[in-house]
Amino acid sequence: MLKVSGLACSRGERRLFSDVDFSLGTGEWLHVQGANGAGKTSLMRLLVGLSPADAGEIRWRGETAPSTEFRRDLIYLGHHAAVKEDLTPLENLRLATALDGVTLNERSALAALMRLGLRGRENLPVRVLSAGQKRRVLLARLLTRPAVLWVLDEAFNALDVGAVKLLGELIAEHLGNGGMAVLTSHQPLPVPGGKALVL
Amino acid sequence: MNPLLATVRRDVLLALRRKSEVLTAVFFFVIVTSLFPLGIGPEPVLLKKIAPGILWVAALLATLLGLPRLFAADHLDGTLEQMALSPSPLGLLVAGKILAHWLLCGLPLVLLAPVLGLQFDLDASALGILTLALLLGTPLLSLIGAIGAALTLGVRGGGVLLALLVLPLYIPALIFGAGAVEAHIAGLDVGGHLSLLAAMLVLAAFFAPWATTAALRVALE
Amino acid sequence: MGNHGGLEGGIGVKQSIIHWFKYASPQSFYPLAGRMIPWFWAAAAVFGIAGLWISFFVAPTDAQQGEGYRIIFVHVPASWMSMFIYLVMAFWAGLGLALNTRVSGMMAQALAPTGALMAALSLWTGAFWGKPMWGTWWVWDARLTSELILFFLYLGFMALQAAIDDPRRADKAGAILALVGVVNIPIIYFSVKWWNTLHQGSTINLNKAPSMAQTMLWGMLLMALGFWMYSIAVALTRVRAIILERERHTEWVKHALE
Repeated sequence: MLKVSGLACSRGERRLFSDVDFSLGTGEWLHVQGANGAGKTSLMRLLVGLSPADAGEIRWRGETAPSTEFRRDLIYLGHHAAVKEDLTPLENLRLATALDGVTLNERSALAALMRLGLRGRENLPVRVLSAGQKRRVLLARLLTRPAVLWVLDEAFNALDVGAVKLLGELIAEHLGNGGMAVLTSHQPLPVPGGKALVL
Repeated sequence: MNPLLATVRRDVLLALRRKSEVLTAVFFFVIVTSLFPLGIGPEPVLLKKIAPGILWVAALLATLLGLPRLFAADHLDGTLEQMALSPSPLGLLVAGKILAHWLLCGLPLVLLAPVLGLQFDLDASALGILTLALLLGTPLLSLIGAIGAALTLGVRGGGVLLALLVLPLYIPALIFGAGAVEAHIAGLDVGGHLSLLAAMLVLAAFFAPWATTAALRVALE
Repeated sequence: MGNHGGLEGGIGVKQSIIHWFKYASPQSFYPLAGRMIPWFWAAAAVFGIAGLWISFFVAPTDAQQGEGYRIIFVHVPASWMSMFIYLVMAFWAGLGLALNTRVSGMMAQALAPTGALMAALSLWTGAFWGKPMWGTWWVWDARLTSELILFFLYLGFMALQAAIDDPRRADKAGAILALVGVVNIPIIYFSVKWWNTLHQGSTINLNKAPSMAQTMLWGMLLMALGFWMYSIAVALTRVRAIILERERHTEWVKHALE
């Protein structure tokens, strides 16, 4: 489904990586590894179509990405909090899905927040939450918007032991349902199987 | 919900949680227009003559005040990135943000302008034309301003640069907007001025979200 | 590195297209520009000397304005060039955006200072002309005002490019701004003209010198050609400097500088 070939990227004068090839089918996931500055985040941004590649191509379902189809199938969570500090978790979740053109009723939004352990926090402004809790608000999006491909950049950062386990479960469920995931992380991930790509 | 309306709702909700930012621009508009009589003198004939120009220049500057924040907050916390990757067309979301900017910054100016016009001894019909011209002109200012805001996103000295980029492009709006009121006071027909403002608004509504989207994609790379 | 930046997609089309695209890469454009520069300097000198000769020695003294009018031989060509260069700049910028050719962005960047110089020259000579003619340095004449706004547009373009560190982002952002400017220039010019006719007062028009003689027109044309050739020569020199600066880490630049 996802096929990447000959991908190359340079920042300024420095060539970060070249000739990156991989492909993912249903239920598969890729663990992108590498030292700090090896270009993991750059690869993620290239993959989702935020920045252009120097060379190579990315195909999704046989079509050249990024396309609207690709974006509909994609959830990308990067380093940023990507939540609004002045809104509550519930508002954040519902507005974010509304921007994507999906209507989310309050019950499903609350259910997603519960699953991520934010019971009793759904109506507080996000700015009073801890870093880990903010991260959970963002992760709730994985449950509210159906997407085939999850691209998660350092998603396990700032999470406590319970949340790491929970995210692992979520990813495993997603893969079990025929989803795909591309993850970056320094530590070993609590997800079985998976291909590895070392930059 | 329509993604455009969702964006408008989101930005309005955010502004209501942080009212000071909206009020700053409005207060700026009021204080700048009130400074002119103090600098020039209270002579009613002169004030009436320069009122359209002053109100329009003040509206231009007040619009400019809020522009650097149009995309900056979303850029910083990563929500802009999410918008760029959304299945909804980015142009639609950008149009929503521009519409919200106008509702929060332009519309208050339109509503306040007749009150401030009274300070300059404008009569009722001139106030009506002033309001109408601002109603057509302020969305134009938001649309053009958004291009500048997107181009200077995350750039050193962005605020001042934004003024340098955007103010020359505001000149036609200023000329026809203030000109409409002046022409009315001089007893001339204002239809030409207003239709040209409207034409420019249509042109900008068509091109500006597109150019803004292109500039945002460049800024996100 | 130093390859045909993003143009690999064009390979496989007709031979002639490849031939032209070859010069879209900095590496092959650099020597080409170097070979062209002396010719444009020579042409600039020939046209400039001929234009100056006509404007100072051949063109008759104006009956009403005396010798002072001769400044229009600089003023009018400078105004023409300032407008023309903006169009050329926007053309390169648009080409760079559409085809992702690196040299296009560099050309736009190289043209901007020359365009700004022409606009400044036009404003300055306009002021010099105005002082003896109207007794004032500045008149809110439609053309002078438009020229001033054009000058601001050039400054904005250069300031934006200078403020962005990444040259590729600077090129693209500048290109969008140049295209927005090109759409706006006719609107600005038209609105300023409208504004000017509405506000009576300064109805003197700088460029409509009474009964423009044939020789005067020739003088202006030759001067304009001289300015044109000068602009190309300077822009090419500048683009070579930009290429060297941006490609300094590549092998061919290290080789070329040895």
